[in-house]
Amino acid sequence: MTPVLELRNITKRFPGVLANDHINLTLEEGEIHALLGENGAGKSTLMNILYGLYHPDEGEIYIRGQRTQINGPTDAIRQGIGMVHQHFMLVPVLTVTENVMLGNESVKGLVLDRKAVAARIREISQRHGLEVDPDVRVEDLSVGVRQRVEIIKVLYRNANILILDEPTAVLTPQEADDLFEILRSLRSQGVSIIFISHKLREVLALADRVTVIRRGRVVGETPTKDANQAMLAEMMVGRRVALTVQKPPAKPGEVVLAFKNLKVLDNLMHLAVNGASLEVRAGEIVGVAGVQGNGQTELVEALTGLRPVQDGTITIAGKDVTNASPRVITECGVAHIPEDRQEDGLVLPFPIHDNLVINTFYHPPFANGWVVNHEAIRQQAERLVQEFDVRTPSAAVPVATLSGGNQQKVIVAREMSRPIKLLIANQPTRGLDVGSIEYIHRRILEKRDQGVAVLLVSAELDEIMGLADRIAVMFKGKFTAVVDADEVSKEQVGLMMAGSSLEEALAHAPKPVSKEREIVT
Amino acid sequence: MTEATTATPSPVATTAPPKPRQTRMRDVILYPLLAVFTALILGGILILVTDRAVVQAWLNFFDDPMAALRATGHSLSTAYGAMFEGSLNFGGILRGIGAALRGEGTQELAVALVPLAESLTQAVPYIFAGLAVAFAFQGGLFNIGGEGQMLVGALCSVYIGFKVTGLPWYVHLPLAMFAGIAGGAIWAAIVGVLKAYTGAHEVINTIMMNWIAISLSTWLLKVGGPMARPDVPVTPPVLETAWIPRLFDTPGNRFHAGFFLALFTVWLIWWILYKSTLGFQIRMVGANARAAKYSGVNVKRLWIAVMAISGALAGTAGMVQTLGVDRWVGVGFSSGMGFDAIALALLGKNHPVGVLLAALLFGTLKNGATRMQSVAQIPVDIITIVIALVIVFIAAPEIIRWLYRLRQPVAKEGPVFSKGWGS
Ligand SMILES: Nc1ncnc2c1ncn2[C@@H]1O[C@H](COP(=O)(O)OP(=O)(O)OP(=O)(O)O)[C@@H](O)[C@H]1O
Ligand SMILES: [Mg+2]
Repeated sequence: MTPVLELRNITKRFPGVLANDHINLTLEEGEIHALLGENGAGKSTLMNILYGLYHPDEGEIYIRGQRTQINGPTDAIRQGIGMVHQHFMLVPVLTVTENVMLGNESVKGLVLDRKAVAARIREISQRHGLEVDPDVRVEDLSVGVRQRVEIIKVLYRNANILILDEPTAVLTPQEADDLFEILRSLRSQGVSIIFISHKLREVLALADRVTVIRRGRVVGETPTKDANQAMLAEMMVGRRVALTVQKPPAKPGEVVLAFKNLKVLDNLMHLAVNGASLEVRAGEIVGVAGVQGNGQTELVEALTGLRPVQDGTITIAGKDVTNASPRVITECGVAHIPEDRQEDGLVLPFPIHDNLVINTFYHPPFANGWVVNHEAIRQQAERLVQEFDVRTPSAAVPVATLSGGNQQKVIVAREMSRPIKLLIANQPTRGLDVGSIEYIHRRILEKRDQGVAVLLVSAELDEIMGLADRIAVMFKGKFTAVVDADEVSKEQVGLMMAGSSLEEALAHAPKPVSKEREIVT
Repeated sequence: MTEATTATPSPVATTAPPKPRQTRMRDVILYPLLAVFTALILGGILILVTDRAVVQAWLNFFDDPMAALRATGHSLSTAYGAMFEGSLNFGGILRGIGAALRGEGTQELAVALVPLAESLTQAVPYIFAGLAVAFAFQGGLFNIGGEGQMLVGALCSVYIGFKVTGLPWYVHLPLAMFAGIAGGAIWAAIVGVLKAYTGAHEVINTIMMNWIAISLSTWLLKVGGPMARPDVPVTPPVLETAWIPRLFDTPGNRFHAGFFLALFTVWLIWWILYKSTLGFQIRMVGANARAAKYSGVNVKRLWIAVMAISGALAGTAGMVQTLGVDRWVGVGFSSGMGFDAIALALLGKNHPVGVLLAALLFGTLKNGATRMQSVAQIPVDIITIVIALVIVFIAAPEIIRWLYRLRQPVAKEGPVFSKGWGS
């Protein structure tokens, strides 16, 4: 049987980077094919070529045995290729129907035929279990549902090859499970899917075959039934990766961060944080567990001075910093890895070296009084790029040209490389490959052991379970429980995240078994 | 990370070293040059089709083809010849140098220099006004209020210039200059304050402030108004102690020291933007205000500072024109220069040196247009069209690339400024 899609010897060069080096890839009809690789391996580049956003320097593309050229997204769609980008390309103020119609308007006489489109959306969503109300405005939808709209948009245009670039990075575990159901249903109807993820567990659970890319080259291809996590991790990174973390017990010191009865509003002026109190001591990691949208984002923004506090107090290292400015808080020795790296954490058009000093540029040696010392900034960048293994041809390129994971490494490098007392990390390893996750986890533990207080917010329960010394469960803007990490199991934390009280959770779910937990994937 | 990964250098694989410089040269030098060249050719076509003699000659093309070609050549060379002579006059300058060397005195050279000097003189306010827009833009603010800020700057300096008497020039001139700079700065800072504390958009408010400035000046300058002479709707002349000195005494040569102030300011703004911590913050706010806030920049205060500096630059534009050239102010003083400034910033890619070059081009074209009109009876509007065409070509470089079959530079293909985790 001829494969649906075949890429032969695809090569793509960027200035100073060989992003794709003679890549071969085949996609069979009705299979889910995972693409796995380190940050900067060239996965997104390859998919952008397939979707017509980049032109390959060399190589051929065959669709159902026919050699073809893809001259742009419109052309890709015409040839049955659809892509769901991680950044949703939807217009928030338009309804689902209008978004689907955009660029593909169906017209009756001179008027747009909304009814017909809505009907087809209903039909598509029924056939594939993609529950969506066509008349709702996109801005009122959750992230998971927006992603469904993106998939409907692609199916509406009759795509039979579906590309998903890190679709689960911003989904809650529940939303991710729903997505997998949808993808399986699509597969059974003959849609062929390419799926990019750094989460090995997802790849093994969902995909039929997996291709591993390293430094722009295919290093292996295997059916997932013959694969396991350790083996895939090793193929990706080229060395053995510790999927578990060895963690000596914490030696908590004095309180560094303390907040009491904190109340914070979200953008819609609802109380997102509603009377939360917590203390974090030097030398310990406190993990905030919770389903996304329970006030974690607003809490972190309030603690770092980005969002006003309505009520309550925040003290850092004994100093009252309630409603202090971000600069004052940074000066107290606080590092902040923000949740949204491209909105808050980076200035995309700036070179990497400037991005590494965006919150320290006014201090010596980076500045003497009013004068910026570009040489010192460049030198530090050379060092940090090496140390944190940021994959780039040079530290002078705009940070926008880096792969998603490498952008994250720039932020981590900036925040972890200066002397700090408190580290507030919100989704620090989102979008990172297993090797980088291992590295960053080790760095966080290293900071803890040097006496830094760490507040870790993560949607990955495994990450919390593996790293945290104490776990604070956040539910509807409050901490419903703060427990020692060894006293609870993952299942018990899961129950509490869903609203159970500590007593209920301890009574019902299985007890913790081993102390060494898996934190990766 | 571990041995395995740190041992290898971080680049994924190296093909060719990056060549940002080369692409920059294309962007900054080649495209603008081609844009000007193309616009002049199109302007030439316009000159031809509006020249009755040329059209007539072409209608009789089959009877006398040579006449048609002669008419075409004559029309173009008269027009562009006049423009060149009226704005640069390199031939005249060379002859003048020759005369001077032959010992015939420097009189001829001095006269020959007048057109070039006038081009530079006309460029001076453009330099300041263009810098004003470009500077604000680097900070993410769209200052459309150059017009009003220039007017206020001019009014403030002219007021000090004619009202305050009895001061020596070294006090009076700086005072008048300062008044103009401060007037523009305050006028624009009001918009910055409104944006910072009420969220009101600066585009709307700078436009409103333009109208306020214009109406205010109409009232101040009406015959017998608070700042006008009793008989005509203009201010009294600026006292000699507040004049920016002119550097040549040849009649018609208005070249003044403000030109050097402009060059210095270009350097100063470049230094602020790219060498100072203030500029680092300004560019950060301009590129991503949220990240700037995250980094501890006081974005509100910075907005006010950027507007104030931008307004100071626009105010200076009005001030140098008043104290250096006009020496009085009448209604309709700036006549759209504040809007041309937006085009200048665009043409100069918001870079101070780019703005300088663009302003020199504008000054030259405008100055040449005047001569073209008087010698060849070609309306100055042709030059307005040429300038507009230059702007179109700069704003849409695709057209130039297509016309000259230039290959798309690699850097232009990427980066896809994607906002997702999967980028
Ligand atoms: N537009 C661009 N200009 C220059 N270099 C680029 C551009 N896009 C990607 N690169 C480089 O190409 C390489 C591959 O990037 P790509 O985005 O494909 O990685 P990826 O496998 O998707 O990584 P991640 O898992 O981190 O998203 C990286 O080294 C990146 O710096
Ligand atoms: Mg990617």
